[in-house]
Amino acid sequence: MNLTETKDFIVHTKSLKEVRVFSREVFDKLKLDNELKDELVLAIAEAAQNIVKHAYKGVEDTKDHMQIKISLNDNQLEIGFFDKGKPVVAENIQHRKLDDIKPGGLGTYFIKQIMDDAVFKKDEQQWVNHLVLTKKI
Amino acid sequence: MSYKITEEGNISTVFLNGEIDMDVTEKAKEVILPLVEAGKEVHLNLKDVSYMDSSGISVLIESHQKALESNTKVVVKEVSKSVLKVIMMAKLEQILNLE
Repeated sequence: MNLTETKDFIVHTKSLKEVRVFSREVFDKLKLDNELKDELVLAIAEAAQNIVKHAYKGVEDTKDHMQIKISLNDNQLEIGFFDKGKPVVAENIQHRKLDDIKPGGLGTYFIKQIMDDAVFKKDEQQWVNHLVLTKKI
Repeated sequence: MSYKITEEGNISTVFLNGEIDMDVTEKAKEVILPLVEAGKEVHLNLKDVSYMDSSGISVLIESHQKALESNTKVVVKEVSKSVLKVIMMAKLEQILNLE
């Protein structure tokens, strides 16, 4: 089954639940098993959270939207995240070491654990950041 | 997220309910940390928590660390399967007091 679904969300922590609902609905259509679905929803929620937390750090009550695009083509799942926040410097993104126990720094680690690849692309003129997560399913 | 607190001696049990994400992190901390800082032994019952992300995990870590500073402890109880998976992904099952 091939499918592409796209949805815009206001950049705000209150949108994170909506992001999860949207993601679950798409994965329900794809009839993914529950365990994989939970993992993918977590990865998507963490990436969306990073937009709110980092790309829009210090920005209160923006009217900007972020866009999430979920595509499945020939068992290759691709999830795109688009935002107009501060430009992300991909080289600066790193999760904390797991044995350095402290709050924070785990979202990117979860994404890397769940997905096969996470790449920032510079191919979308109307957006500032374009993150692409991929996974063979 | 909603919550209920019961008290028995020096043990405060916080029953959390719903989904714990970045949107409710501050609320969760406002509920848990004052109990810990008051020296209470805090039991976090997570049986009705259906979803937790890295923000929720941060609340668990911060609560655990504050408890150590306050010479008390936080016990995480009745963790749902989906939340346990996230705790294990963060390799915290040996760090947090899970029951």
